[in-house]
Amino acid sequence: MSEIPGGVAGEVTEIASAVADQRQAPAPSRHVGQALRRKEDPRLITGRGRYVDDITLPGVLHVAFVRSPEAHARIVSIDSSAARQRPGIHAVFTGEDMADLTGPLPLAWVPPGVNVNNPEHWPLARGAVKHVGDPVAAVIGTDRYAVVDAAEDVVVEYEPLPVVTDPEKALEGAPYVHEQFGTNETHRWSLGGGDLEAGFAEADVVVERRVVNHRTAGAPIEPRGVLADYRAGSLTVWSATQVPHFLRLFLAILLGMSEERVRVIAPEVGGGFGSKLQVYGEEVFVAWASRRLQMPVKWIETRSENMQAAHQGRDQIAYTRMGLKRDGRITAFHVKIIADFGAYNMLLTPAIPELGAFVMSGVYRMPALQTDIIGVFTNKCPTDAIRGAGRPEATHMIEVTLDQAAAELGLDPLEIRRRNFIPKEEFPAELPIGVVYDSGDYEKALDKLLQHLDLDAFRREQEELRAKGIYRGIGFSTYTEICGLAPTRVVGPEGFGNQAGFWESAMVRVHNTGAVTAYTGTSPHGQGHETAFAQIVADRLGVDPAVVEIIHGDTGTGPEGRNTYGSRSLAVGGEALARCANKIAEKAKAIVAHNMEAAPEDIELRDGRFSVRGSPDKGMTLAEVAGAAYLNQVPAGMEPGLEETTFWEPENFVFPFGAHACVVDVDPETGKVRVVRYVAVDDCGNPINPLLIDGQVHGGIVHAIGQALYERVHYDAEGQLITGTFVDYALPTAAELPSFETDRTVTPSPVNSMGVKGVGEAGTIAASPAVTNAVIDALRPLGVTYINMPLTPMRVWEAIQQAKGGVTA
Amino acid sequence: MSTPVSVRLRVNGVEHELQVEPRLLLVHALRDRLGLTGTHVGCDTSNCGACTIHLDGKPVKSCTVLAVQADGAEITTIEGMASDGELHPLQEAFWNDHALQCGYCTPGMIMAAAGLLAENPNPTEAEVRHALEGNLCRCTGYHNIVKAVLDAARSKSGAIASQSEVAA
Repeated sequence: MSEIPGGVAGEVTEIASAVADQRQAPAPSRHVGQALRRKEDPRLITGRGRYVDDITLPGVLHVAFVRSPEAHARIVSIDSSAARQRPGIHAVFTGEDMADLTGPLPLAWVPPGVNVNNPEHWPLARGAVKHVGDPVAAVIGTDRYAVVDAAEDVVVEYEPLPVVTDPEKALEGAPYVHEQFGTNETHRWSLGGGDLEAGFAEADVVVERRVVNHRTAGAPIEPRGVLADYRAGSLTVWSATQVPHFLRLFLAILLGMSEERVRVIAPEVGGGFGSKLQVYGEEVFVAWASRRLQMPVKWIETRSENMQAAHQGRDQIAYTRMGLKRDGRITAFHVKIIADFGAYNMLLTPAIPELGAFVMSGVYRMPALQTDIIGVFTNKCPTDAIRGAGRPEATHMIEVTLDQAAAELGLDPLEIRRRNFIPKEEFPAELPIGVVYDSGDYEKALDKLLQHLDLDAFRREQEELRAKGIYRGIGFSTYTEICGLAPTRVVGPEGFGNQAGFWESAMVRVHNTGAVTAYTGTSPHGQGHETAFAQIVADRLGVDPAVVEIIHGDTGTGPEGRNTYGSRSLAVGGEALARCANKIAEKAKAIVAHNMEAAPEDIELRDGRFSVRGSPDKGMTLAEVAGAAYLNQVPAGMEPGLEETTFWEPENFVFPFGAHACVVDVDPETGKVRVVRYVAVDDCGNPINPLLIDGQVHGGIVHAIGQALYERVHYDAEGQLITGTFVDYALPTAAELPSFETDRTVTPSPVNSMGVKGVGEAGTIAASPAVTNAVIDALRPLGVTYINMPLTPMRVWEAIQQAKGGVTA
Repeated sequence: MSTPVSVRLRVNGVEHELQVEPRLLLVHALRDRLGLTGTHVGCDTSNCGACTIHLDGKPVKSCTVLAVQADGAEITTIEGMASDGELHPLQEAFWNDHALQCGYCTPGMIMAAAGLLAENPNPTEAEVRHALEGNLCRCTGYHNIVKAVLDAARSKSGAIASQSEVAA
């Protein structure tokens, strides 16, 4: 054992050498597609990861925020005198102290031709608070516990103002969240194609639904956290963020600093799920405070703060209307979405329902389709991207409406899907709304799903169980999604209105010994980029992934990047890295050709060596190539060294798809739903690492099962948050869930050279309608046709009573 | 702030004597005073289990124990699970089975699972799921965590079985 307190050093050294031993093992010639266990894990399973709260600096000061207990109020006065007198307290700041910010927090989505009402939103409230948890003041001191004590001593006098929490009521008129607009409506936006009126006129039946997709929390297990160190004119910020590059840009702008003076590092990040895709007021405040006090300043969020003030997701009320012919073919689909944005626009808030509109056709041919979106302010925490971001909502709307159509038309739910699938011959498929699906084979995914299920046996078993009082149901969801957020032409200022380009960057540096450091502009927070990206680079350079280190999440090292969200890392960032590694390989071939007196086109990478085609003994390893490159033994006119940078942007998004089935048991006496079985077939193109794909799918499914059955951010009519902790906000645990059955089909994307698509959100996009449809399938014999999520025992029991004609509260 | 009191802790086999505020949580003593940052904090209501450690051999949530309550106790944290360069079978299984993504819940998850295996070396899947009910993970959907715990149990009992064969 070691002498170090806590006794760890010896083991760590040993484990590091055990990892190194792995490097000696004979490597397969191809690493892409292998279920390589993760390079990230040795440090994480031994407690040696470094998250923001694990980092400290000499003299660091701690922050506690004073947050509004009121949902809507004018701030009459703030008395911080008692707090300031407590020992160890350095400062108490309020909004007025931050007058030197160059502007309010950013909204980065400004669609051409659309006016979005956008109130000023400051890191610390100025004059009024708009939701419970809105920060009003910040206490800074030497001790974590002492600043919390002092925050209790800050006396804020509020004059309560009228509150609105129901988005439909909010659209009817006063009270207004932001009086200056004279409305709670933020904006309207529509996306349509085809002749809607003709489509409905042609329909034999029209099915309507009010689909409530309730508000949920991202709930990464690591809450937010920021450490900022302003020192001699430069600012370094460590933040639990998904978007260090965006954060650096906005910190520089808001603090009035030159961008090169600001460095943002996303260290180990403990999950994000969209909730860390943000430029938060707390991040800006901590950086500002470090500059103001000329001391390092740290804020680590508590869970109850996270539940009040980290942006939330979903919260859409949709009115769906689907026209169909008697044979089940869809003739028209219209959706009106009322999207509850909460109290402010955050970085991308208005874009979230819009992302759903891009896939409102699902996997189906819809000759006429229109999505009308109305954004609404309420006195609740703002919403923004949470895993899936608009696409789970859209898929839910489509899939539950289609199931009801099948029931009304007397069709099997799978048959109605097959009759509407966009056939594989039509890909790339341009939809009436202008979106082009890159690839798809929906029949193949559904066929594969059915290989896992014996539906005839299931239906027999369902009847037998029903006779015993157990209501078993099966629900399906066939989905596609839009991800790999990229083409600037579509997403950027001239298109959808995001004020950014959506390329991605990569830089590959081969060291003297042939070891490789590769930089990506993406910023993972659990996905496993260090492994998957190393596999991609290793194959292209003929080395083992163990000697390829992937550097991410640090604006001070690699090139400018566009971060991680929208399942874009692999399809955009991975492809950029592949192309960058290809550049290195090309240079390596030229160097080998020069040194072997052969033509560059005769050099091939084979068994870990760049060798002359037909003469495998005449060749060089990457280490030898690097040696030559750094000794300037390169062809005339070529630069020495072995390092390349790539910026790459695809021509289109990628569109993963799949077919999911969920089996549930419902207890009609209590309304309790239990997931018995879950089968998922997903198609994310060519697999890079199957372990990581399955992991993403599992987690995605549970995120959606959580929403479907347990999780709900609940505010009462006064805007008080009822679900402020993990006691009240019910994340699924291992005990409620089964193990999952996952399978894949492979339909390579034509959009990138690797044929890959994203998979980080697929499970979440697919699963909530599968669960809901399963519950409805179980309860149709009782007359239940739809229940809005979350399908809690109370809601299910009430639906059963209502269907029976009974009266419920 | 009240007068600091003295606390003796034996952590991962090493003796420590600390002067602490009586209200200092054990998790903060471990993290901030002893630098053992492998133990994490994910909530403030003892729901998430990220802070799970072993206190006198039993898994406990160290955010719910005061450092003074642990006076004289034997504590194991995630940093103490590997020994002589060998990963604990649970660590090995978590790695093999991709039972972690962001890794934030992982130390607590491993400590809770170790607590289970100490009491029940051959649990069923249902028993594993029940035992991990107090530990939240947002990334993995628990599928691979459960698999890893079952695999670790098998490898452990396999190892014990082969040792006893040798002894016989």
